[in-house]
Amino acid sequence: MSTTFPTRPDAPEADAHTDFLDAVDFEPPTRIPSPEGVEIGPRRTLRTATLDERFNVVGALAGGLAIATLLFGWIGPLSGIVGWFVVAFLAFVGLYVLLVSLRSDWQEVKDRVATVLMISAGALLFGALVFIVVYTLVRGSEALPFLNFFTQTMELTGPLDPLSSGGILHAIVGTLIQISIALAITVPLGITTAVFLNEIGGRFARFVRTIADAMTALPSIVAGLFVYAAIIQLVTHQRSGFAAAMAITVMMLPIVIRASDVVLRLVPGNLREASYALGTSRWRTVWHVVLPTARSGLVTAVILGTARGIGETSPVLLTSGITAVMNVNPFSGPMISLPLQVFDFVRSPEPNMIARGFGTAAVLILLVLGLFIIARMIGGKGPGQLSDRQRRAAKLDSIRDLQRITMLDDRIARGEYPPRVLPTVQTEAAPSPAAPSAPPTAPPTADPS
Amino acid sequence: MKQDDVFQTIDDVFLENERTDILTAVDDAGDDSSGDASGGARNGGGGDGAPGAGGAGGSNGGTPGDGGSGSPERRSLASRRSTSDTVFRTVAFTAGATTVGIMLAVGLFLSIRAGSALEVAGIGFLFTQEWSPETKQFGIAAVLFGTVTIAVIALIVGFPLALGTALLLSEVVRGRLRSFMVSLVDLMAAVPSIVFGLWGVFFLQENIIPVAEWISRYFAWIPFFAVTGEDGSTLTEASAFTSSAFIAGIVVGLMVVPTQASVMREAFSQAPVGEREGAFALGATRWGMIATVVLPFGRGGIIGGTMLGLGRALGETIAVYMIISPIFVINWEVLKTGTNSVSALIALRYGEASEFGLSALMAAGLVLFLITLVVNFTASSIVARSRSGAESL
Repeated sequence: MSTTFPTRPDAPEADAHTDFLDAVDFEPPTRIPSPEGVEIGPRRTLRTATLDERFNVVGALAGGLAIATLLFGWIGPLSGIVGWFVVAFLAFVGLYVLLVSLRSDWQEVKDRVATVLMISAGALLFGALVFIVVYTLVRGSEALPFLNFFTQTMELTGPLDPLSSGGILHAIVGTLIQISIALAITVPLGITTAVFLNEIGGRFARFVRTIADAMTALPSIVAGLFVYAAIIQLVTHQRSGFAAAMAITVMMLPIVIRASDVVLRLVPGNLREASYALGTSRWRTVWHVVLPTARSGLVTAVILGTARGIGETSPVLLTSGITAVMNVNPFSGPMISLPLQVFDFVRSPEPNMIARGFGTAAVLILLVLGLFIIARMIGGKGPGQLSDRQRRAAKLDSIRDLQRITMLDDRIARGEYPPRVLPTVQTEAAPSPAAPSAPPTAPPTADPS
Repeated sequence: MKQDDVFQTIDDVFLENERTDILTAVDDAGDDSSGDASGGARNGGGGDGAPGAGGAGGSNGGTPGDGGSGSPERRSLASRRSTSDTVFRTVAFTAGATTVGIMLAVGLFLSIRAGSALEVAGIGFLFTQEWSPETKQFGIAAVLFGTVTIAVIALIVGFPLALGTALLLSEVVRGRLRSFMVSLVDLMAAVPSIVFGLWGVFFLQENIIPVAEWISRYFAWIPFFAVTGEDGSTLTEASAFTSSAFIAGIVVGLMVVPTQASVMREAFSQAPVGEREGAFALGATRWGMIATVVLPFGRGGIIGGTMLGLGRALGETIAVYMIISPIFVINWEVLKTGTNSVSALIALRYGEASEFGLSALMAAGLVLFLITLVVNFTASSIVARSRSGAESL
């Protein structure tokens, strides 16, 4: 049975209705001081450095580089790029302290030096990490332009063959199959467990959480060893893609549970309470309120777990076996994956094999990078945070609900809204006896904004 | 079920409630049956929607009738669980139990299989350096020492970087640059360890050797940094410095920095704005504010993040395995070629291991697992107990 509230046939558009809500209060509005005649100066930028401060940095930097070069080039018995870098940095910091202390007190010197140290730590870290990735990509670019690298396997290619022969298709396929099996187990099990931890709770849930936390400490090689001894030695008696997928599952499951648990914990409690207050059952609250609210966070959790699982080498090393041929059956025969293929390639001393190894690593990095970017695009926002469009839609929805609940349309139709008996209105309007009961001829003109 | 259906059901319940109020006012003097009938009708009305709502309506319907019969009875507030809820609870409980089952299976299996090796080796397992299970002479003293050495070097390299980066991200950088750098740190935590291993073997190894030589030349009076041969003479050739714990430690250190930095940053960014502003208002410089407000507040995060990184560093396998050249004696000289780690030992020996050898490897893995377990639990309890709070972890 559905209920529709009668709407006035000549009702204006919904937007115009909402302006009545502003008209409830007939008190004179807060007086805003007029900006006229007030001079507005040019906008000053905060957080800027004076010329003096900038020269301190530049001077210290130049001095540090010069000292290091002098020491390494002419005076000292020092050598090596890393040593030069260290000396230059130390000289830079020393000179900077000296320059700043010329004009400032000790507190400010400490502040400046701390800032410089923080920035250098960040620059060093980001430099090193970006360099690691770029180094791999550059060394891998030797093998990547060959199309056969992506379309062939290593079945007929020996270590001495040129890069125009052989490829890593079998490893790509192996990675995809293994991670799919792992995801098929991890996602339902992990998210349901996280829901169990958050929505049902109790003593057993606390126990589950403790165990899941403990398992995040499981070293990946031990997970591999477990699968090797429990599944390969006892059950299947051969290495297979399925065994590798099991090892990846054991590694990924705690990560996904933990990340989803955090995301679900962030779902605002009042959303749940509102749902329960409407008489909804627990299951419907989870399905219609909790999970949709946390959707982006859950997707992020799963994708980050996937990225971690794809890159795992050591459990796969023990369980999947190494092969050069394509194998699409996860239950029989060895099935290699990308990280293991990298490991296998670079064990060879041949330059071509090493180039293939870097090429495979570059593919792996690009895969992880792609997954990560997708995760950021989906899950950049926390649970309950809306985009602008969603926020506008939600606002319109709540206005509609308010109208429906207060039956504003009916009251407008009956002329009871907006109320006409407020003192300000009475004093301004001429006191005619018909005025209070007269229906408003037209709603107040809509604000153009 | 679509959202519209839910709303419709709620409307139904409202309207039905109004109608029942009128009915019960009449029924109060009458018999119970009509009250039950109205309850039944309401069940029918709500039945197409949420079962929970229907059930609740039914129990309400019975009450006015009870009041009419004049025997005030204490009503149980517990609501009857609907079918879907029961199914949901069962499924969720099963999932939790399955997870625990898998995890416990891993732990129990490891313990049971490790038991046979531990029985043979006894307490000597922890103090023997050799590893030959075939002759029953095996222990993890050397590999455990190597593991700890590598992890400690990783922390020494990683901690300043992580702390500086975390402070930079939470206190200095703002706006778009900050969110970009935060994403970059998170991304770096997801870079596969084999990539770090490749970099360590093919780039860092040859470029770090001059530094190692330099350290060993000028700091040889510190026992850790000396590099000596069998006869105690000082070694200077480059080949004595390859594949050392030092190089492995640097690579593992870079690997764990992102984890540490993101936990620390999380803790720092929760430092209360009021206290920050108070420090500034009292005339503190930015560093003064950091030293008096942010660092004390985030102490739990610093310790916890560092220990989480330590846990990862202890368990790291493939990068270490690629870099080190395995030995089975305790090597105090961290710059000298040759070290070992528990995980590298497992990766090295699992293939050729007999049944008993595998059991010995399991024992080694179990010890490693227990160590990382203790480290991780200590870390999370420190973080949870600190002011920066349980929310972040």
